[in-house]
Amino acid sequence: MLLNNKLKKTLLAAGTAAALAWSSLSLAADDTIKVGVLHSLSGTMAISETTLKDTMLMLIDEQNKKGGVLGKKLEAVVVDPASNWPLFAEKARDLIEKDKVAVTFGCWTSVSRKSVLPVFEEKNSLLFYPVQYEGEESSKNVFYTGAAPNQQAIPAVDYLMKDLEVKRWVLAGTDYVYPRTTNKILEAYLKSKGVDEKDIMINYTPFGHSDWQSIVADIKKFGGEGKKTAVVSTINGDANVPFYKELGNQGITAESIPVVAFSVGEEELSGIDTKPLVGHLAAWNYFMSVDNPANKEFIAKWQEYTKNPKRVTNDPMEAHVIGFNMWIKALEKAGTTDTDKVAEAMIGLEIPNLTGGTAKMLPNHHLTKPVLIGEIQENGQFEVVSKTPEVAGDAWSDFLPDSKPLVADWTGKETDGKPCGNYNTETKKCSGQKYE
Amino acid sequence: MLAKSLNRIGVVLILLFFSISAAWAETNPIWSQASSLFKQASFDKTREAVDLLANSSDPQAPVALKALLEGQLYQHKQNDSLAIIVDSTTVDVSTGQTLSTVNKDSYRKIPVNNTLRKLLRSKIGGLSLSSPDPKVRLASATGLLETVTPEQLPQLQELLGKETDPQVKDALNLALQLAALNGSDQAEKLTALKALEGNLNPIIRNKLASLTSDADTEIAKAAQSTLRSIESKVILNGQLETLFFGLSLGSVLVLAAIGLAITFGVMGVINMAHGELIMLGAYTTYFIQRLMPNYLDYSLFLAIPAAFIVSGLMGILIERTVIRHLYGRPLETLLATFGISLILQQLVRTVVSPQNVPVSNPSWMSGSLEINSLLSLTYNRLYILAFSLLVFAILYFVLRNTSLGLQVRAVSQNRAMARAMGVRSARVDALTFGLGSGIAGVAGVALSQLTNVGPNLGQSYIIDSFMVVVFGGVGNLWGTLVAGLSLGVINKFLEPWAGAVLAKILVLVFIILFIQKRPRGLFPQKGRAAGD
Repeated sequence: MLLNNKLKKTLLAAGTAAALAWSSLSLAADDTIKVGVLHSLSGTMAISETTLKDTMLMLIDEQNKKGGVLGKKLEAVVVDPASNWPLFAEKARDLIEKDKVAVTFGCWTSVSRKSVLPVFEEKNSLLFYPVQYEGEESSKNVFYTGAAPNQQAIPAVDYLMKDLEVKRWVLAGTDYVYPRTTNKILEAYLKSKGVDEKDIMINYTPFGHSDWQSIVADIKKFGGEGKKTAVVSTINGDANVPFYKELGNQGITAESIPVVAFSVGEEELSGIDTKPLVGHLAAWNYFMSVDNPANKEFIAKWQEYTKNPKRVTNDPMEAHVIGFNMWIKALEKAGTTDTDKVAEAMIGLEIPNLTGGTAKMLPNHHLTKPVLIGEIQENGQFEVVSKTPEVAGDAWSDFLPDSKPLVADWTGKETDGKPCGNYNTETKKCSGQKYE
Repeated sequence: MLAKSLNRIGVVLILLFFSISAAWAETNPIWSQASSLFKQASFDKTREAVDLLANSSDPQAPVALKALLEGQLYQHKQNDSLAIIVDSTTVDVSTGQTLSTVNKDSYRKIPVNNTLRKLLRSKIGGLSLSSPDPKVRLASATGLLETVTPEQLPQLQELLGKETDPQVKDALNLALQLAALNGSDQAEKLTALKALEGNLNPIIRNKLASLTSDADTEIAKAAQSTLRSIESKVILNGQLETLFFGLSLGSVLVLAAIGLAITFGVMGVINMAHGELIMLGAYTTYFIQRLMPNYLDYSLFLAIPAAFIVSGLMGILIERTVIRHLYGRPLETLLATFGISLILQQLVRTVVSPQNVPVSNPSWMSGSLEINSLLSLTYNRLYILAFSLLVFAILYFVLRNTSLGLQVRAVSQNRAMARAMGVRSARVDALTFGLGSGIAGVAGVALSQLTNVGPNLGQSYIIDSFMVVVFGGVGNLWGTLVAGLSLGVINKFLEPWAGAVLAKILVLVFIILFIQKRPRGLFPQKGRAAGD
């Protein structure tokens, strides 16, 4: 046993020494700014995340052609956390400690973000997170370039309520943290708008659920009681196709009971038979179909880079584009890659987005984003039916009693001078982050 | 020379200009009004334009509305003219003339949303209660139910007198009763209530529910009694519907498990790659559909034998190369076949794509069979239920009444004795495993119609399949059938009050408890074959 331990220690020491030697070697070899790309390239999330890795490589490539930034070239360090949540934390640590990256772009699922958060805070490094999420978080080291619930879910419900005069609501979701939190916020929001308890039906299903018969029959019954009904769907991934198929087979059309989805985008639609989905809705901050010169240029570049004239673009890609351009601007403003100085320079920056508006980084590390509602077309694209002006991302929802008094402000203006991501305006205290 | 040709061009241009403005002058002024409304690109203005066109008598107006509904109506970005663009042909709306060689990029598509689509359908439908096509008449009559007013009574009566199609007659009758209920005449209302007894249409039910609190007590009472007569029927239909859902879920379980009932049940091989054999069947369907894109409706008939052959051959390959070396060593078989399942999954990821592939439903499998307005059975489920019973019957026949079946049973009951009687047991093993695998492939064809076809398809069914076979009793085909169907029904009756997640857990707990009590399942094998 003793021998065994000794052996282990020796091996470990040798390993560390080797790693150190290697990293100092690579530092000496080239003077570049390193950018970490932390997206799963294998496992279940590879379908969505590989696209984002390619987007980052394209953006870095392009920036280098323009001469890099601060007189240095950018260098991408790509790692594969393999859809394995603890591995995300390990790979993040490697990126920061061994590769000495100045910034990391990565993660998709909320659980992977929660897994790497403590690492980025401990090592004081920056993460850009590009996916719409459930909110209830603001970290000093993370910039959330995807939508918070008030930039996707609530405007979508508003659209249904005002434009389609929906009176009854089905909140259907897959059973995990994002749908649960989003539905909690939506339920509180609907009640605050005077919707009766009886007129809200909440339903959760397991991952990859494929037998939707009774749930769709329930929705049909629920919707057949004389009031206009809509389904707000946080159903994730694979389970969507059998759900829409069953809706079609049971005779529910987008005109009788529309479904608005928060997880169905261009990338998801490109692999399926879209016939049963036509006319149903989705809410995002970006659609590939938006007619705008900046968007056209980006699509052309992307299709050229991937050498596939049919390749689609989607919302998280736009988030990475905005995040990356903002980071470049912040570097130029700060004149250094120092984490604290860059983070400070980020706040208040404005960058044109791809839909003809402006994205501004707010003191709570969220962006301003327009909310677009689109109807699914037969070709897998969306026809925009509603567009709001830019909405400021809210880290802590005002519709949950626990998070209502909380605000996040990393400039300290609203939090009595002390920068804080979790400031309670009632008790006047900053309670720090909670990681579950 | 140059000046002359320039002059000529000028003349031509002027002539062209005049002819264009002359063409504009001839067309109805509503078109310029409509195009200026469409130009403002707001759904409210589009709605105004739709109303304008619907109320006009211009012969091209219905054409334009129809094109708008189908997303084929475009507006020129500069001169605002409206055109219908289908594929590469462009037709000017106001004149109906085909325009030659236009750049599609200079046109903007006029967007419609669901509210507009509904409006358009009702505007187009309003013109068609007198359509010669009974289907169109039926659709417009049922559409009428939601909006019917007492003023429409005489018009409806007139239409009803002329109507010959029984279904349209029923719908018009309903509209008539509803119009009476919406009116103010008490006697008329009461007769309508009497006539509506036992009617299952949800629109009627909602109307009755609102009438139960009517100021007129007599009407409120009558509405209540009519509603009661409906309520009991509603409950009965609900139970029937749940039973159908249960049977259809059960039939999927039976299909997924029945191949395993042979490889695991009869041969005793724990085949963890069973799910991947199902997946191969589903992918075969996809490739067959890719090969014959114009004959989607018939592709399944070709896919069934193809999937049987593909999965069956793969099964025989697995048996000959791996499993036969491991007979009598269940743990190693389990690990080896698990490895094979991972290999097959990765193979599909690398060769085809890690993403799901689209498999379309043939038209005869979409939609539903309407028994009454509460109970409708979806065709795809109905066919799959029938298909699973058919597969079961064929398999049962093969095992009972063919020489292969006889040999399979002989080998599985007593290998040494069967060999002594001259049965080539190795060949029988390979064929049996191939049969079980082939059936898994056929199940894949059916599943491709219900769920996603992707590398992970098999994984989601492997546990369910083992559950069904163990619950039904290993080595018994009837057991698999009864177990699959009853698990489906139990699951669906639990779901309404327990939710989808909990219902699945409860079923699993139930099976564990059941196996504790009866370790050999529902229909245990008896006698020496039981092997104890």
